[in-house]
Amino acid sequence: MERVPILKIGKTLFVSIQIDLQDESVMQLQEDLAEELAGTGAHGVIIDITAVEIVDSFIGRMLATIGSISRLFDAETVLVGMRPAVAITLTELGLSLRGVRTALNAEKGLALLNGSA
Amino acid sequence: MDVDSNQGRMGAYLRDHQDKVVSRWTELVVAGLRGRSSAAEVRRELEDLYSLVIRAMSGADVQAAGELRAALAELSRSRARNGFTPSETALAIFALKDAVYELVADTTDLMPEYLAFSRTIDDLGLHTFETYATAREQVIADQAASMLELTTPVIRLWDGIIAVPLVGTLDSVRTQLVMEKLLETLVATGAEHAVLDITGVPTVDTEVAQHLLKTVSAVRLVGAECIISGIRPQVAQTIVALGIEFGDIATKASLADALAHALSRTGHKIGTA
Repeated sequence: MERVPILKIGKTLFVSIQIDLQDESVMQLQEDLAEELAGTGAHGVIIDITAVEIVDSFIGRMLATIGSISRLFDAETVLVGMRPAVAITLTELGLSLRGVRTALNAEKGLALLNGSA
Repeated sequence: MDVDSNQGRMGAYLRDHQDKVVSRWTELVVAGLRGRSSAAEVRRELEDLYSLVIRAMSGADVQAAGELRAALAELSRSRARNGFTPSETALAIFALKDAVYELVADTTDLMPEYLAFSRTIDDLGLHTFETYATAREQVIADQAASMLELTTPVIRLWDGIIAVPLVGTLDSVRTQLVMEKLLETLVATGAEHAVLDITGVPTVDTEVAQHLLKTVSAVRLVGAECIISGIRPQVAQTIVALGIEFGDIATKASLADALAHALSRTGHKIGTA
């Protein structure tokens, strides 16, 4: 199983998903992220999914769960770089990811976090 | 007597009487044309067809049947373009039966062959009809496709603000197309605000609203904001009456209001002159 690295930049955790998402790797990411949030006291999480081409309902739901978990640590989650096809799939699946903020790219996501901090 | 030999004898008979039959056929066809083509032109067309019919009937030529059908399809198309109805085209083919019957009527021993021949011609006449219908359907499909393209432009209103003026009914096919185009433009241009203008949407029922909500939701997922504008009084009343909830989606009366809203969100200030 491939592991997604979590980078800490200042008060923000940065996760860039560059692999084909498997159910286990997303579960692992959720665990790692929870650990990291508890340990570092970060106030924001940026998840870059520019490279993700395929999502299913499970991964969509896990993304929403990650958002909810982050909020418990008083951190905001920004999902950045979602591809149009992925956005359409998630909408068709009825997953609007209400608890997660979104931005077009990592730069804008960072600005969003800093602006709201 | 089997069909093949019937056709063979008929083919031979038709070859022997080619001139007479074609002349009579031309006469019959020209009478029904009401002056839309010259007799010489029609005769040339029919001669080509006739020789193909003979080749197809003689049975020796395997390609002739296919060629004959292709020629008939071409005839049907060109006639349709010149404003002939499909019945007129089919009747022109059926006229060959009359032309031949007038000759065969006296020779009673050719009757079975004539019947088989008649069936073949019926088949060919119907083939022109089918070609006509297929061509029509193709035209309709093309028009529907081009209409979809025409009615969903994505326009750049300002730096970082794009708009989609929706005109006509919003069904699932259109929604899909609008969504794809809008999202691709958002990602390609990096625009953060999208305005969906529904001034041109005649009615908003639960289905249309559902499609709008889906689009807004997808726009939000790629990281942009969506504003719905152009809500007419009747539409507003229907939306409320149907109990459709737009939630926290920004809705504005006009495209101008939506633009002003988006500009203020991007930090631009609009002065009033």
